[in-house]
Amino acid sequence: MLEYLWIVPLLPLLGSAVNGLFGAKWPNKFVNGVAIGSTGLSFLCALEAVREFFESGQTLFHKEFFTWIAAGNFRAGFDLQMDQLTVVMVLVVTGVGWLIHIYATGYMAHEGGYYRFFSYLNLFMFFMLVLVLAANYVLLFVGWEGVGLSSYLLIGFYFLKKSAADAGKKAFIVNRIGDFGFMLGMFLLFKTFGTLDFVQLFAKADPWPAEAMGHLGTFTIACLLLFMGACGKSAQLPLYVWLPDAMEGPTPVSALIHAATMVTAGVYVVARSHILFAHAPTAMLAVAIVGCATAFFAATIGLVQTDIKKVLAYSTVSQLGYMFLACGVGAFSAGIFHLMTHAFFKALLFLAAGSVIHAMGGEQDMNGMGGLSKKIRWTYVTMLTATLAIAGFPPFAGFFSKDSILLSAFESEYGGRNVGYTLYAFGLATALLTAFYMFRLIFLTFHGKQRYDEHNVHVHESPKSMLAPLMILAVLSIVGGWLAAPAFLPGGADYFAKFLQPVFGGVEVAGVEAEARSLEITLAIVAVITALIGAAVAYWLYLKRPEKADGLAKSLKPAYTTLLNKYYVDELYAAAVVRPLLWISTVVLWKAADVAGIDGAVNGIADGARAIGDGVRHTQSGNTRSYAVWVVVGAIVIIAVIFFWPSAGKPILGLVR
Amino acid sequence: MVPTNYYVILSAILFGLGVFAFIFKRNIITIFMSIELMLNAVNLAFVAFSQALGKLDGQVFVLFVIVVAAAEAAVGLGIIILIARNRQTLNVERVNLLKL
Repeated sequence: MLEYLWIVPLLPLLGSAVNGLFGAKWPNKFVNGVAIGSTGLSFLCALEAVREFFESGQTLFHKEFFTWIAAGNFRAGFDLQMDQLTVVMVLVVTGVGWLIHIYATGYMAHEGGYYRFFSYLNLFMFFMLVLVLAANYVLLFVGWEGVGLSSYLLIGFYFLKKSAADAGKKAFIVNRIGDFGFMLGMFLLFKTFGTLDFVQLFAKADPWPAEAMGHLGTFTIACLLLFMGACGKSAQLPLYVWLPDAMEGPTPVSALIHAATMVTAGVYVVARSHILFAHAPTAMLAVAIVGCATAFFAATIGLVQTDIKKVLAYSTVSQLGYMFLACGVGAFSAGIFHLMTHAFFKALLFLAAGSVIHAMGGEQDMNGMGGLSKKIRWTYVTMLTATLAIAGFPPFAGFFSKDSILLSAFESEYGGRNVGYTLYAFGLATALLTAFYMFRLIFLTFHGKQRYDEHNVHVHESPKSMLAPLMILAVLSIVGGWLAAPAFLPGGADYFAKFLQPVFGGVEVAGVEAEARSLEITLAIVAVITALIGAAVAYWLYLKRPEKADGLAKSLKPAYTTLLNKYYVDELYAAAVVRPLLWISTVVLWKAADVAGIDGAVNGIADGARAIGDGVRHTQSGNTRSYAVWVVVGAIVIIAVIFFWPSAGKPILGLVR
Repeated sequence: MVPTNYYVILSAILFGLGVFAFIFKRNIITIFMSIELMLNAVNLAFVAFSQALGKLDGQVFVLFVIVVAAAEAAVGLGIIILIARNRQTLNVERVNLLKL
């Protein structure tokens, strides 16, 4: 299967084409079969390929399938590669993607455009697999843009709803800004190294000396440009604004694209380019600071949102910030590990939230829920598992990944120790906020008084097709973290970091040194206590004394309104970018340049021609027959001249010849 | 063997008829047909000289003239149909918009 690696991405593409072309007339069963079958087969093929990869014992499998672009000494091919990093990504994408496909068959069962939905979803799988399997930046960029396209299509799935269509456009346009940087980064890399193939490029870049801190050399600029693309795709400051709006899409889409896979593409690119980043400490510091700031910033907004999916959206932005923080302090394997555990528990959170919304008949506002834990027991149990995981309680997955990130931040050498401590402090504060807003979500949704009218809403547990993926993901949210159990726990040996050692070995040390072990244990205990405090505060504010929460909101009114309005960032962008752009487009480009300039020139020429014709036509008689006579007379005159006056006729004949 | 000048005279007569009809007829379709007549008169002269001089150039030219005549017929008929639709007449005297 390794030799036929192209089958893995191709299967979802086929599924997408079949459903898109023929699915409209099919019953849902057939569409299900094609969609789940193609992704499931793709998952199995990926598993088999991974098995062969490990059996062969190589550290990097690389195969050129065909040349796509060849120009001079530039070559971009449909080349796929597999190493340990790819293994993680491919299995997460196909595995979680497959589960979400199964879930979606239940969730979307009563929606119109069923075949369209699955066609788009499969298309997304294809592009995402191209992205993670690509062996050069150009092919990676194909997948990168392709997932952006599918994201746009799926956010605007309910395209008759204006807010959904607008959210799709917003996501696409904001991503364009990042992609602009990404392309410039690619151009710079090609100009410097003459290739965009990962293996060749990194081999050429590796011997270069690392640039000094604060020095804007080629590496730093290229890395910052790549990171700009990553900021767009992975919703980091200042380009995160599209992700919360993207919640307009159906919930399975939010789970698959806007939580588990696509938004982590930016982290993947940074991790994939770790050799370049290792040469650019300034860029590393920028990544760490942006990641940390985003994590904290988004978490504070998440504190006060009342839409269940919006809370999860800001939580996603925040967790992505953690991943970048890890990459920025050089702990790439910790970042990728958090990417994986986050894919499990955040997909689970979204799917469980979808199950809640399904049960409530479309209600998304948590103020209209409450006391649901008895009515939808399985959804409650799975969502609680994911909450414990994201809040960082042992032995759930999030504890291990978040812990290793915080430890790496604490020990970070980039930009001096104080920077590392600051990053750690903000990371820890974010962990506190995370625990708080997640438990707030749980308490508001599942506990406390029932705040909806029982006569209007028929609360019911979701079908098995939705619950089964929830349970599988819940199990993964627990055991997924054990892969990276730190050495101080029984049976733990930092297995995950060692697994990624062949990829990141050049830039990071796997495992924790023995002398740092006591520090590691201390930090883990601090993190758990922090999470406990967050959960306890949420319990106190939303269950024990619900009136206190309102009182607190009133006494901190300015801060509360600022958070509720998301720091007015959307309004700021509207005032600083959108409205000036619209003004320039309308007044300068449209009315001045297009209407007055271009249309004016074209119409002016036409009007001028008409005016001249109007003036000249009076010299004509308008009688068609007199023209005929003049034609004949003219012909006779010419012939007569040629015959009777040969010397004068010569120039005329010369013209004819 | 018919002498060449017979052909040329016939061609001239046909051409003259064409010119006459072209100038004096009122119906646009007739005028159009007279143009075809003139073209074919010329064709006749071409093949006659081609035969007399023993060269193929004239015959080749005839083929070109036929092709151009076919194209011209298509365009011309299109114009005539438009005139008929817009002005409800085929009288060339009435086609005098330029005068207005």
